[in-house]
Amino acid sequence: MSPRRQLVLPLVCLGIVHLAVLLAGFIAPYNYAEQDRNLPFAPPSRIHFFDIQGKFHFRPFVYERTEEEDQFRVYQELTARQFPLQFFSRGSDSKFAGTVATNLHLFGVKLPARISLMGTDSYGRDVFSRLVYGGRISLLAGLLATALSLLGGTTLGALSGFYGGWLDAVIMRLAELFLALPWLYLLFAVRAFLPLHITPADAFLMIIAVIGFVGWAKPARLVRGVVLSARERGYVVAGRGFGASDFYLLQRHIFPQVSSVILAQAALLIPQYILAEVTLSFLGLGVGEPVPSWGSILGSLQQYHVLVSCWWMFFPGVVLIPVFFSYSQLSQALQERFV
Amino acid sequence: MRYLLARIGQSLLLLTGVSLLSFAFLQLAPGDFFSEMRLSPQISDETVQGLRKQFALDKPLHIRYWRWLQSTFHGELGFSFAYNSPVAPLILDRAGNTLLLTSTAMFFAWCVAVPLGVMSAAAPAGLLARFCSIGTAAFLATPELLLALLALMLAVRTGWTRSLGMGAAVTTAQGWQGFRNTTTHLILPALVLVLTSVPVLLQHTASAMREALASPYIAAVRAHGIRPTRILFHHALRAALNPLVSLLGTSLAGLLSASLLVEVVMGWPGIGPLLLEAILNRDVYVVIGGVMLSAIFLASGMFIADLLLFAVDPRIRAERLS
Repeated sequence: MSPRRQLVLPLVCLGIVHLAVLLAGFIAPYNYAEQDRNLPFAPPSRIHFFDIQGKFHFRPFVYERTEEEDQFRVYQELTARQFPLQFFSRGSDSKFAGTVATNLHLFGVKLPARISLMGTDSYGRDVFSRLVYGGRISLLAGLLATALSLLGGTTLGALSGFYGGWLDAVIMRLAELFLALPWLYLLFAVRAFLPLHITPADAFLMIIAVIGFVGWAKPARLVRGVVLSARERGYVVAGRGFGASDFYLLQRHIFPQVSSVILAQAALLIPQYILAEVTLSFLGLGVGEPVPSWGSILGSLQQYHVLVSCWWMFFPGVVLIPVFFSYSQLSQALQERFV
Repeated sequence: MRYLLARIGQSLLLLTGVSLLSFAFLQLAPGDFFSEMRLSPQISDETVQGLRKQFALDKPLHIRYWRWLQSTFHGELGFSFAYNSPVAPLILDRAGNTLLLTSTAMFFAWCVAVPLGVMSAAAPAGLLARFCSIGTAAFLATPELLLALLALMLAVRTGWTRSLGMGAAVTTAQGWQGFRNTTTHLILPALVLVLTSVPVLLQHTASAMREALASPYIAAVRAHGIRPTRILFHHALRAALNPLVSLLGTSLAGLLSASLLVEVVMGWPGIGPLLLEAILNRDVYVVIGGVMLSAIFLASGMFIADLLLFAVDPRIRAERLS
């Protein structure tokens, strides 16, 4: 594959995922917190083209479902009435792209029928809707935490490499301490000392802070190495000779050298941090109910009966695969390009 | 010998640093184990204050750190509020299990990864190499959390667990029975860990081997008419061993993290479940103990890798002894 296509393909894939997540209110047919207590753990809706008489319908439709009598969580389709699938339908209120209030959805069916592409969870909430909304938390947490740790890592690494001396020694010893622990243990340790019962919004910010804080050491070491060599280059020395300030040298001459390293690091760190958020939320240490994250949806798999009988609850985990794959392709392409 | 001592001293310094850092975090923590008690109307404020006093939670941090150091030298590693016992026996109980799981996984992962890596480097365009690169890409993109959950689900659904007797709780059976019991429980979590660590090892082995195979002395050996398998495993692998040995140390960090998660998901009685429970309970000394233990594991892994490097590579031996 040509290097250019190697870059474009994962970028397009990631673009689609992020766009879908950004437009969650439009893509998802229901709100993430909308419950239907009559439909807990219902499997994905069947989308029909043929009715029971075997007649073909051009527009696909679903049936309303009810729990069968005397049987627990076995659902039956009520074939009396068909509910055709509507595109650009009006439904429950949401926010288009997170700002404009609207009730327009990409697709939906009329009540009392419900369409759940990926089944429902213990409260009868639509897993597909929760997955799309949950991507906001999981993907954004990855991006923001990466930005945070790269910011911290770059600043400290650049200071360390540029000034050297005791500052360098202190920062690098501190980085060694952070690297002396397996990162999940470190993440757990930092999480352990923060409050447990907090609102979802606080929890989200806290998780970003924790993950970003834990991860500064590796980029700091990398950036320090680059700065250390860049600082001795002829044009930097010349700039210094002309009386350029330290800040000017760092920003104008050294940062361009570092930026490619930072970009390659970002492609490497983002998936790792998404996974960190997913892991924390999976274990109940992250964003709490009712706000969904991919980790907290997966968390219901810790119950035995869900694990055994509700295969559709695996979807948030499966979505991670193309995302991670794209990022790993991206980081490979970036590394080949710059190194 | 001097090198050995210096290396041990360095590790000890690192551990002290980690413990200091943990206590620094502790200062930031709002509330403690006993703050939850205040919610209960049956426990008076005086009782809570008394308990705090008993466990020295009212003392400033440096005094608590000093006491923790003292108890560490007595082999206690602080005191667990939830278990009402010293931390060390609690953790050591679990540490054995974690060590068993990770070392088994590591052993089998290397057993799988090295031959595959060598073979795929030997024939980069071959069927095996292509199969390996696809498998590597696929497993690298699959998070270990998903892998663990899927493995557990498949094992339960196929009834495979029941036939192996995995439905039974871990018993304290001794001898052969105990060994069999442990092994049957070990297979699934170890398998997941092997699957997550093989891709990374495989990639590194293959790239190290490719580099070694491209060097002139391999061409010379080949010109001497030595058998290809002997060239691969005797001549090239020995030259490629150096980065792999250092990988042994660094890959341990990833393995320990993965193992933490797999233990929680699969209910393996290692450090993972204990640590999680301690976090939810604010049982801070257990958390610190677990973190210290992971640092010790990692430091000893690096140490062993260093010693191996010393044994394998005469250049390093000469450089460090001079």
